[in-house]
Amino acid sequence: MSGPSTYTPKSGIEKWIDQRLPLPRLMHDTMQTFPTPRNLNIWYTFGGILTFCLAIQIVTGVVLAMHYVANAGLAFDSVESIMRDVNYGWLIRYMHANGASMFFLAVYIHMFRGLYYGSYKAPRELIWIIGVLIYLLMMATAFFGYVLPWGQMSFWGATVITNLFSAIPVIGTHIATWLWGDFAVGDATLNRFFSLHYLLPFIIAAVVGLHIWALHVPGNNNPLGIDVKTPQDTVPFHPYYTVKDAFYLVLFVILFAVFVFYAPNFFGNPDNYQPANPLVTPPDIVPEWYLLPFYAMLRSIPNKLMGVIVMGGAIVTLVFIPWLDTSRVRSCSFRPMMKQFFWAFAVVCVLLGYCGSQPVDAAIAGVPLVWVARLATLYYFGFFWLIMPIIGLIETPKKLPASIAQSVLGASAAPAE
Amino acid sequence: MAATTSDAGTRRDFLYVASGAIGAVGVAGIAWPFIDQMNPSSAALAAGTTEIDISAIQPGQQIVYKFRGHPLFVRRRTPAEIAESKAVPVASLPDPLARNANLPDSAPADDASRATKPEWLILIGVCTHLGCTPTVSTPAIPEGDYGGWLCHCHGSQYDVAGRIRKGPAPQNLAVPVYSFLSDTRIKVG
Repeated sequence: MSGPSTYTPKSGIEKWIDQRLPLPRLMHDTMQTFPTPRNLNIWYTFGGILTFCLAIQIVTGVVLAMHYVANAGLAFDSVESIMRDVNYGWLIRYMHANGASMFFLAVYIHMFRGLYYGSYKAPRELIWIIGVLIYLLMMATAFFGYVLPWGQMSFWGATVITNLFSAIPVIGTHIATWLWGDFAVGDATLNRFFSLHYLLPFIIAAVVGLHIWALHVPGNNNPLGIDVKTPQDTVPFHPYYTVKDAFYLVLFVILFAVFVFYAPNFFGNPDNYQPANPLVTPPDIVPEWYLLPFYAMLRSIPNKLMGVIVMGGAIVTLVFIPWLDTSRVRSCSFRPMMKQFFWAFAVVCVLLGYCGSQPVDAAIAGVPLVWVARLATLYYFGFFWLIMPIIGLIETPKKLPASIAQSVLGASAAPAE
Repeated sequence: MAATTSDAGTRRDFLYVASGAIGAVGVAGIAWPFIDQMNPSSAALAAGTTEIDISAIQPGQQIVYKFRGHPLFVRRRTPAEIAESKAVPVASLPDPLARNANLPDSAPADDASRATKPEWLILIGVCTHLGCTPTVSTPAIPEGDYGGWLCHCHGSQYDVAGRIRKGPAPQNLAVPVYSFLSDTRIKVG
């Protein structure tokens, strides 16, 4: 997509197509000859893994929609019928349900990798922001999908999340009613959530296209965080990274398969095998694991509107990271101070997730978890809005290598061919 | 060519602005049906009223009914609970308003404004935080510190008049429109 094309049609047919719709040329330039830094490590394979996850979710989802009934009276039973009656329905549904968790596992690794190696810094700000948008769309899609089995957690999760909008002053309750299509979560809500759950993955696919397009303008960042300077710093995407991506994809699929076949309900909540009951809230409402850190933030704030603002702010903050990081050096490998704050941030995110998974009045060693969550929330925001800008100014980075080639090949890297 | 250099505007400028303006109005007009279709239909709006026989409810007991898709709490309070509720100064409450659909919006959250007949407390069982159903407190199984309800989702605590006392919920539990048809029958809605 950037730089001159090196594609030369080999046959008459390819030439004919190239003059009318240069799709083979696009594929050739982006997936074959595309110059890629030669030092990408395992953490750079998750982009490909994520594309795979999206494909799996779309394929299994389209199949599930052939058997699912979006009706409050029938939805639960139709899901059970998929599990018991539909040929291989259990497999396809477990792939879809665990696929969502795998998708989020991969996206979190992908995001933390971007954060560690400074992949959001100029000229890659838009790649990062489009990525945040994809993450947001993923959360919306996952939420809509979780409602569809119409179990207790589906129903009450939908109730709590849609009620977040009622915190907005004046128009909040009208927005909630508008989302429900009724005075409470019900049949109308289920139908529209199904419609949106089917739509959004295709929107995500389109936005992923933009993400990759934006990536192919400056090209990949790399673990050193320094720019590609000479052709020696790169290798063609194929076969070097097609093989690397494929190898780690296989390992990832093994992990995926372990969950699907040996622990298919590991990420699930037993309460969701009870049909939705609008009169009884389960004793402990817990969202899916990938939303727990944000849920912990929401619960730790004793004011409804502020809680919603903080939770939303935690995601909106991500958009500003490219400008909050004042350092001239991208990769944390060369940032001794930032590296420590980064790992503390990673621990805090896990800690927030733990707090969100526990009952609201839980305590650890006598300390109420709500206070742990408050401090963790403080660090979450402090990390981005204070630590990032300040450390970038006061930190002395380590010396950067002269080039990617020299770092990888050592002294044997001749400056010229 | 000389005619097109005039500042007065050409026929093309006019057509451009006119069709743009009509187009904008048309898009705005057709957008509304697509937004409004999400709102409750007239069938959902016609939820109507519910009549309930409350004769079987014992003092200290709560029974949950369904009203407009929501849980409806009907609690028969004991004299001790009523006395406890009356003793709470309104000024000390997080939400000082009655939130009683039978009274003006400005009515204070004293016990008499929460329950017109002190023995009968009738509430929409929807936590004003994020919509969970709070769990009722009984002497045997206390829920929260105020003898009323505890919402297990995010820890909001309500007292024996359904008033928010602690936690993230911003308002007292709502009192719906209701009336006593007889001593043992109420009409809600």
